Amino acid sequence: MSGDRLSTRFAACAAQGRAALVTFVTAGDPDLATSAEILAALPGAGADVIEIGMPFTDPMADGPAIQRGNLRSLAAGTTLRKVLAMVTAFRETDNATPVVLMGYFNPLLAFGPERFAAAAKAAGIDGCIVVDLPPEEGGELAPALAARGLHLVRLATPTTDAHRLPTVLNGASGFLYYVAVAGVTGANSAAATDVAEAVARLKASTSLPIAVGFGVRTPDQAAAIATHADAVVVGSAIVDAIGAAAEERANDIPARVAAQVAALAQAVRTARTEKAA
Amino acid sequence: MNAPTGSLRAGPDANGHFGEFGGRYVAETLMPLILELEQAYIAAKADPAFQAELDDLLKHYVGRPSPLYFAERLTDELGGAKIYLKRDELNHTGAHKINNCIGQILLARRMGKTRIIAETGAGQHGVATATVAARFGLPCTIFMGARDIERQAPNVFRMKLLGAEVKAVESGSRTLKDAMNEALRDWVTNVHDTFYIIGTAAGPHPYPELVRDFQTVIGKEARSQILEREGRLPDLLVASIGGGSNAIGLFHPFLDDKDVRIVGIEASGKGLTTHEHAASLAGGRAGVLHGNKTMLLQDEDGQITEAHSISAGLDYPGIGPEHAWLHAIGRVEYQSATDTEALEGFQLLCRTEGIIPALEPAHAIAAVARIAPTMAKDQIIIANLCGRGDKDIFTVAAALGVTM
Repeated sequence: MSGDRLSTRFAACAAQGRAALVTFVTAGDPDLATSAEILAALPGAGADVIEIGMPFTDPMADGPAIQRGNLRSLAAGTTLRKVLAMVTAFRETDNATPVVLMGYFNPLLAFGPERFAAAAKAAGIDGCIVVDLPPEEGGELAPALAARGLHLVRLATPTTDAHRLPTVLNGASGFLYYVAVAGVTGANSAAATDVAEAVARLKASTSLPIAVGFGVRTPDQAAAIATHADAVVVGSAIVDAIGAAAEERANDIPARVAAQVAALAQAVRTARTEKAA
Repeated sequence: MNAPTGSLRAGPDANGHFGEFGGRYVAETLMPLILELEQAYIAAKADPAFQAELDDLLKHYVGRPSPLYFAERLTDELGGAKIYLKRDELNHTGAHKINNCIGQILLARRMGKTRIIAETGAGQHGVATATVAARFGLPCTIFMGARDIERQAPNVFRMKLLGAEVKAVESGSRTLKDAMNEALRDWVTNVHDTFYIIGTAAGPHPYPELVRDFQTVIGKEARSQILEREGRLPDLLVASIGGGSNAIGLFHPFLDDKDVRIVGIEASGKGLTTHEHAASLAGGRAGVLHGNKTMLLQDEDGQITEAHSISAGLDYPGIGPEHAWLHAIGRVEYQSATDTEALEGFQLLCRTEGIIPALEPAHAIAAVARIAPTMAKDQIIIANLCGRGDKDIFTVAAALGVTM
C-alpha cells in the first residue's frame, strides 16, 4: 500500500540489512504529559516502530510490569480519547514513524468499533493489536479497520501449530507479531535457537515481516533476536524503568527512556554485522 | 438466532455464541488449548464410559441425587405458593460447585493434564476444586484475591488441608475478577500440562457450555422429582446468580417449558441506585472480559468497575453469557435482592426450616419471600438452595452486629 508507514519503515530497515526496533510504552504512564514527551523522544532514540498500550483495568495477558503501568495510567485519568489526542499531537512533528495501538477489546467496544476506526485513522494511527481478539472474533473490528487501511496485527505463539497457523495468517496485515514464550509479557526470555526456528517456520508461510516480542529486556537479548527476526519488540523493560523512575519522582523520565531505547537500538542495528564479524 | 430447532436449549452455536454473547475472546496462545478442550469435551460427551464414571462419582462421592424438599413451614409462613427447595447444599463440600469440578477433572485426566488451577471468590469453588484434585491425586493451585483471603479464612484453611496451594492475588481490586485474571496468566504460562477448572458458566467457549452441562444435573433431577411428587411441572423456578452456574443448572432443563416462569436473582448489594452492587444485567452493558462477551459492570470508557455484594460468591462484575442471552430474549426474568434482603432471607430459612443457607441462595430465598405470597396456594415454586451457610456465619454475625 503506498504511503503505508509500516511497510515503508520495514522495507527501509530491511534495505539497511537490519531488524527494526519496536518499543512499547503504555499511554498515559505515569501521566499523559510525561507520556507525550516519552513518545516524542522515541524516534530520535532509535525506535523504528512505536507500540502504544491502551490501558485496561484487567490486562490478563500482561505480567506485573505492564499491569502496574496500566494502573498508573488509569489512575492518571487516561482514556482512549486522550490516547488518540496524544497520537494526533505526535503526528504534528513525526509523520513517518509507524504507531500501533495495543490493548484489550473492551475499551474499543465501548468506544464503538466504527467510531474508533475513524478516530484512529484521523489521529494517524497505523494499526492495532488487540490481545484478546483472536481471528474468530474479529468480525466487529476487522472490517472497520480494513475499510480505512488500518492494520489489525495478528499474533502467533509457541502454541500456534501447523493446523492453527493458516487461521492466524488469513487476513493478517502489517506484520506478524510472534509471542516468543508461552506466558505473559515480561516473563522469561526465549532461547535464541527456538526463536530462530520459529521465525523460519513462520517465514515459510507468510511474506509479512515477523516481529518478535515477550521476554526481550536487554540490548544483548534484543541483538540475539535481531539476527533472526525482522523486528524486535521491547516493552516490559521500558515500562519497568518508567515505573521505577516515577516511584522516585524523577523529572527526567523521557531522557532516561531515550537512553535505554538508544542502547537497545544500537544493539539491534549492529546485531547482524557483529555476528558476521 | 442460535436455536435452529426452535429449542432454547440448543445453544451455543458452533463458535460458542448465545445470540450476541459468549465466544472466545482469549490470547492467541490459549486458542489452540480451548479448541483442543472443545474437541475433548465433544468426544467425552459421546463416550458412555465417561458419563458412567461421572454418574458413579456424583452418586457415591457427591451424594446425588440431592433431595427436593417441601419447605412446609416456610410455605405456611409466607402464605402463598408451595415452596420446594432443591437441596444442593447437602452435596459433599456443601455446595453445587462440586458437580462441575467432578466433570472437569475427568476431562482433565482424559486430556492427559497433570496440574490443576482454579480461581475462587468465596472459596467454595476453590474447596471443590481442591477436593477433586485430592481425589484424583493431581497437584492444584488456587488463585484467590488477597481481600477475599482475609474475609474467607476457613475456606483458605480447608483448601490447604486438601493439599492445594493457595496463591494470594494482590493485583487490581484483589477479588474474584483479579483471581480469574491471574489464573488465566498462569494457564497461558503453563499451557502444556495445566487444566483450568473454571468455576462458573462463563469464560471462553466451551466453558459456559460444559459448566452448564455439568450443572444441569440439578435441573434434570428437580424436573423428575417434582413430576414424581406433584405430577406436574412447577410454576416458578428461582435461583441466585453471580456467574450463574447454579441458576443455569436448574433453569436449563425447563427452558422449553413455556408455562414455567423462571426468575434469576442478582445481588444488588447496597442497592441498584448505588455503585455498590453486583447486578451486571440490571446495571451493566455488553462488553468483553475473561474470554466472553457478556453483560458487565463497566464505566463509559469500557474499564471494568468493582462489584459489591455481602456474598463473596456473587461479588463479580460479569455474568455467564447464556444468562445475558436469556435476559436479552426475555425467556428468563431477572430481579435482584439487596444485602439486607439476603440477610433477612438467611434468617427466615434458619428460623422456619432449620436450614442455614449460604448467603448466595439467601438472595433466592429473599425473592421467594417477595413472590410466594402473590401466588395461589396450589402453585409450586422450586428454589435452588445451592450452598450451605457455615462459611458465612462470621459475615452474618458482623452484619447483624453480633460479636462471636
